[in-house]
Amino acid sequence: MITFKIACRNILRNRRRSLMTMSAIAVGATAMLLFGAFMAFLVLGFQTTTVATGGHLSVFRTGYFDYGAGNPAAYGIANYDSVKKLITDDPVLGPLVRVATPRVTLFGIAGNFAVDASKTFMGVGVVPSDREQMADWNDYHLTGHHSDRLPSALRDDDETLGVIGLGLGRILGLCQALAIPDCPPPPESAATDTAPATPDAAPDVAVDISELARRDREPVPARSTSPWPRIDLLAATAGGAPNVVSLSVAQAESQRIKELDDNYVGMHLALAQQLLYGRGEHKVTVLVLQLYHTDDMTGARNRLLALFKEHHLDLEIRDFTELTPQYHQVLGLFGSIFVFIAVIMSVIVLFTVVNTMSMSVMERTNEIGTLRAMGVRRRGIRRQFLMEGLLLGLVGASAGVLLSLIIAAIINQSGVTWMPPGQVTPTPLLLLMSGVPKLIVGTWLGLIVIAALGALVPANRAARMPVVDALRHV
Amino acid sequence: MSEDAGRPAVRLRDVVKTYEDDGLKVTAIDGISLEIQRRRFSMIVGPSGSGKTTLLNLIGCIDTPVSGSVEVNGEAVGALRDDRLTDFRARNIGFVFQNFSLMPVLSAYENIEYPLLLLGVPARERRQRTLAMLDSVGLAAQARHRPNQLSGGQKQRVAIARALVKRPEIVLADEPTANLDSRTGASIIELMRAEQREQATTFIFSTHDPQLMSFAEDTFVIRDGKLIEHRAGAMP
Repeated sequence: MITFKIACRNILRNRRRSLMTMSAIAVGATAMLLFGAFMAFLVLGFQTTTVATGGHLSVFRTGYFDYGAGNPAAYGIANYDSVKKLITDDPVLGPLVRVATPRVTLFGIAGNFAVDASKTFMGVGVVPSDREQMADWNDYHLTGHHSDRLPSALRDDDETLGVIGLGLGRILGLCQALAIPDCPPPPESAATDTAPATPDAAPDVAVDISELARRDREPVPARSTSPWPRIDLLAATAGGAPNVVSLSVAQAESQRIKELDDNYVGMHLALAQQLLYGRGEHKVTVLVLQLYHTDDMTGARNRLLALFKEHHLDLEIRDFTELTPQYHQVLGLFGSIFVFIAVIMSVIVLFTVVNTMSMSVMERTNEIGTLRAMGVRRRGIRRQFLMEGLLLGLVGASAGVLLSLIIAAIINQSGVTWMPPGQVTPTPLLLLMSGVPKLIVGTWLGLIVIAALGALVPANRAARMPVVDALRHV
Repeated sequence: MSEDAGRPAVRLRDVVKTYEDDGLKVTAIDGISLEIQRRRFSMIVGPSGSGKTTLLNLIGCIDTPVSGSVEVNGEAVGALRDDRLTDFRARNIGFVFQNFSLMPVLSAYENIEYPLLLLGVPARERRQRTLAMLDSVGLAAQARHRPNQLSGGQKQRVAIARALVKRPEIVLADEPTANLDSRTGASIIELMRAEQREQATTFIFSTHDPQLMSFAEDTFVIRDGKLIEHRAGAMP
């Protein structure tokens, strides 16, 4: 107690110096925490976007993840309804799963033959209502996170409706029909280059597909009255035969990434199955599970593995971090930046405390000699200076935490917005202090430990002083 | 107690202490042998640089001789390791320094109480003894004052109280009046003498002021690190 009392009073004795030291610690804590909170905002935002579109866990037929992209038809899950029921009825998994929905992923060629335009596409067949429900996932309550999301045009009761990426809409000449913004007409040279050079040249693929589509398509009486532009989708069925379906494009959606924007076609699950499996057995390529909470992912995955093993199902599971490699890259990038900032701040704090405590030891040399003469052991002297370093760290780090909470609250309340990469509308910039409790505790503790370490060297020097030399010091 | 009664409080045998100063070997204590009896008011006197402070440091177990032996309160202190020696000082020796050496962040009360904290004296007893010492040195009204709020004489009174509060066998005072005017210095010596009588403590103080010699029961005169003269007075 007396050690604590003396330490407190010695800190107050040199108010200005103590204040500077504690300010350095507080600034270090604030910098680390605010960056950590911003990082949490970005990472959790990225996670929210990823999970809202692709779920937490994806169940594939074994081998699909490695080879299925080349031949999705060959890696279908036939009994997907029973697998879904198995999952949702499971007493362990059921309460964890928010949405369990089948999907079909396929690749092919999309053509708008009215303007002789075609493009390879990556299509996803979904259950529209499940897709909508998944899109609402916002476990971290990120304000305005889904602000740029338009209501989907896909409907459970209309299998012919679909959505496409903005880029694909532009390439297929649907700018006007789908009211795609920033959609200049193609350059003249590019437009003429697409025409056959000579009559002997290979026939235009688009013309071939158009003809195939015309032959394959069943008559659709309402076609002429549909308000949506139509495109034709060509893909190879599971049996290897070409298959064509028509899609009424109700909307062009931003996919945030240009590559995806130029290739994406979203459609009803039934239409995708019709395209991929034709008149054969309709399967799905993936069963997507969205959980209520990301923290449940490992438990859910383990339970799924146990279920599949128990029921001898040839299925494998991938989580969203495996399916979205950028997730780990983003985490790694920001983690590295954070470590860099933390190291710099820690070094500054360390040297500030070393300097402060060294000056204190020098000024109090005679006092150290007196205490030693009176019967304070070496470790008592060491403890005294360590206590002072600890207190400097404690007050500085606590002030830093408080300061960062205040700054974060001000920024969060101020309505500052920013444009995240790939997003089309500004979203509120949030500093998620509530999302980093471990970081707050870790930073607080870490800086206190660093302050104590900074005090250790001067404290040891004070403890080792010969009593007579210390008493002689003026 | 009866065993201790016949034994001197301090016994030095052929003690030599040398220093290295800018590469030169300086002999501060040159083969001194002496005995200081218990419960006596003893004075070490000599001119500046004669070795008085070094001799007190050796007796106070805060310095070690190059050769010879130092026995304090019957303990051969040369054989003790640092922690044991520190504990020995805490129990047996009180210090009064020329420059007072009070803890600036503690009040007069807390400065006096501090040695009792080191000895683990219970809170109630600590309080009683501290207040009694404050009263004894005439500073009860200044109990809450910090050293910078006290005069030189008051600071030295606090230092004396701090040295005596733990009831040590020996109190060492290194030129306790050097930073005080002659009147205050005389009052401090009188206080020390009175406290020494009151507590029956062995009091050893150094001075270069011959006028203070009249207060001492035993006087050890040293010059150039050697004991020149020992004048023993009558037992009180």
